[in-house]
Amino acid sequence: MIPKGFLKFVAKRTVLLLISLVIAVYISILLANFGGLIDEMVKSDLMMSITMNVRNNPAYQGLTASERQKIIDSLYQSALEARGLNTPFLIRSLYHLKNALTLDLGTALYLTSDSGSKQVRLIILERLPQTIMLFTTVTIINFFTNLLGGLLIARKYGSKIDRVIAALAPTSVIPGWVYGIFLILIFYTWLHLLPPGGLVDYPPPKDPLIYFLSVLKHMVLPMLSWIIAGLFLGIYSNRTFFLIFSTEDYVEVAKAKGLPPRQVDMGYVLRPTLPSIVTGLSLAIIGSWGGAIITETVFDWPGLGRLLSAALSYPDPPVIVGEVAIYAWLLTLTVLTLDIVYAFLDPRVRVWGG
Amino acid sequence: MSSSKRVGGLKGVLHEVLSYKSAVIGVAILLFLIVLSVYTMVTIPLPEAIQAWRSSEAWSRNPRNAQPEWVEIFYGKKLPRTIIVPLKDADATKVLLEDGRLAASWTVYFNYEYDDFPSEIVIFFNSSYSEKPAVEIYWIRPDGEEVFLKKHVLRRPDDRLYLSNDLSLELRLEGLFENKVGGKPSFMVTVEKGLFAEYSLDPRVLKGRYGIRFETTLEKNDVLNAEVVIYGSVYGLAGTDHLRRPLLIGLLWGTPIAMSFGLTSAILTTVLSLIIGTISGWYGGKIDLVIQRIVEINAVLPFLPILIMLTTFYRIDLLIILLSVVVLSIFSLGIKGTRILVMQIKSYPYIEAAQAYGASNMRLILFYVIPKILPPVVPGMISSVPGFVFLEAGLSYLGLGDPFLPTWGKIINDAQTNGAFYKGMYYWVLEPAFMLILTSIAFALIGMALEKIVNPKLKEL
Repeated sequence: MIPKGFLKFVAKRTVLLLISLVIAVYISILLANFGGLIDEMVKSDLMMSITMNVRNNPAYQGLTASERQKIIDSLYQSALEARGLNTPFLIRSLYHLKNALTLDLGTALYLTSDSGSKQVRLIILERLPQTIMLFTTVTIINFFTNLLGGLLIARKYGSKIDRVIAALAPTSVIPGWVYGIFLILIFYTWLHLLPPGGLVDYPPPKDPLIYFLSVLKHMVLPMLSWIIAGLFLGIYSNRTFFLIFSTEDYVEVAKAKGLPPRQVDMGYVLRPTLPSIVTGLSLAIIGSWGGAIITETVFDWPGLGRLLSAALSYPDPPVIVGEVAIYAWLLTLTVLTLDIVYAFLDPRVRVWGG
Repeated sequence: MSSSKRVGGLKGVLHEVLSYKSAVIGVAILLFLIVLSVYTMVTIPLPEAIQAWRSSEAWSRNPRNAQPEWVEIFYGKKLPRTIIVPLKDADATKVLLEDGRLAASWTVYFNYEYDDFPSEIVIFFNSSYSEKPAVEIYWIRPDGEEVFLKKHVLRRPDDRLYLSNDLSLELRLEGLFENKVGGKPSFMVTVEKGLFAEYSLDPRVLKGRYGIRFETTLEKNDVLNAEVVIYGSVYGLAGTDHLRRPLLIGLLWGTPIAMSFGLTSAILTTVLSLIIGTISGWYGGKIDLVIQRIVEINAVLPFLPILIMLTTFYRIDLLIILLSVVVLSIFSLGIKGTRILVMQIKSYPYIEAAQAYGASNMRLILFYVIPKILPPVVPGMISSVPGFVFLEAGLSYLGLGDPFLPTWGKIINDAQTNGAFYKGMYYWVLEPAFMLILTSIAFALIGMALEKIVNPKLKEL
């Protein structure tokens, strides 16, 4: 039996989060279009190319300047209509919003996918696997290394390794891309062991197995850079988190009962902290789907981050909005799901009650 | 014990911070960086630094892509510095010819005692003439042997002669070399090696006193000055980049830029988001609802892309970047924590007492609530500085930083785009990276120590 208050909570939460989503996507549409400036740029490009075409067209050579201008104007008007550019930007932006929210991403202005398509959906889908392969993998690896590391070190509290980890924790303020640069210097410039960047050797190997191994080789350094960047602080903060929990009375009791450390960890330390662990993991995974602009630039990795930075430098609003909209949807749905699940499961956050 | 010290104010806090070894290191690094920043701002004023950084002419006498001088420690040999040999018109011996012209000749000597060959040789002329003079250039080796280099007719008064690029000279030197050695040497005889190597099959520098002789015929009032620049392969404390600029200027100026950017963003972000969180928790109701929505909207928007759009939308300069960063950071999820804290504080007796005597909301927030919740966020504020420093560096690295200022991120970007990884120019990448790390570690160490002081539970762990 689902309590009525719970349903009300879910409905309220959903509405609020959706409002936030709509506003966020709209802000990104306004920003990506430079508040309508991009439309003006496209318009002047159109005018230019139509004028050039008419001027260079031998069929129109005999006409007077004013007749030619008339043809240019009518062609320009129909081109505007064909692209919907004759409606003001404010109204167009609402169409953009509707399309972005329904994930009807449209066509890019300049960028194309490697297969030659201008469909934003295809452009994004082409990059998504590379990003997931690299960043989602490394996020999950990081998460579990830090979790297990934290548990282990918490058990060896005060030991030498505990102090070493604590001393090395500040190294995590250095972001992954900086470690990436060091790794390239060591493993490429100095040792000539690994490639400095890219997805695969050139020319790409024909054999799928060799291709896969080549991609794997190119993934080593970017992955390593993120693992190192997150390692020590990750372990250290997990360890502190677990230590705080393991001073709770019920843990002391479990230890006093003589339960093996593994069982104490699993049943008495890990379990009550599970909600925040799951939240952390799911948000980290969603976060990794946007790729990482700087790391992908350092390693010349063809993922969503590089796509976004290319789209930003053109600028190519449909691609920017497409990526932001997908990311915003994923995040909103995740947050909503987590909210609902916790509200339902955890009596301590039973928000809907009286 | 610790609380009694904290009553002692700032001095007490400092005393306690310095009881951590790591914090002592952090404070020492920070002091060093502050001194460096002040030194930089005093000795190289910013307009000058920007101008110098953007001009290519100012550095024409510097070697290109030279390593810093101290790399000699790793090579274990003396690497060449740049030698500038001036030929002044006044020093020439001039002989009056029958047709009224002057036969002029200069011989200038210099010592070359390095263990490696120079990187480039260029002659810069600076002359005034009525008719373009033809200059014959001779090279005198330490053993007294004289080699004819070239006859050069000046193309313009400030002509430059790039000897290193002279293919015919290179071929002639190679021929000469093979003659002397009686075989093909084991190395490529470039112009620099042809001029400075011993006559042997292996590339060895012939050390000693070299000479250059110029011979020309001048009209009566002609003046011919020249500088022979023998570029070294090391330069100064930090080396040079692909545009011959001394990296030291960029590294030095990067310090105040990074520090001020990091500190200002950290302080503004922390204080403003604290105030917003307090308002949200204090007033509740509609204001709270709106603020919470803004926080959620902000969380849904990806930070870096939105930041890049904001800055390119306005204008890319350091101040706009800073303001955009602050605007996007103040509505962080941390507000939720502040909000809950303020809700609790709101019901404390001392607040009720203040309310009873009629203190305004503004007064209550600024003088009663904020002072109570500010100290615990200070460690977080200090710890957040490195994040902002690296953010600025990352933007500069992407080419989206302030286009005029020399920054660490920009140097790393220059290095990568000009093949530092490929050609093994470690210094070019490592120097700015080292500065970045030094700065961030200093703040991280201090922040962690403060964290332990403010949060005594961590201290026990």
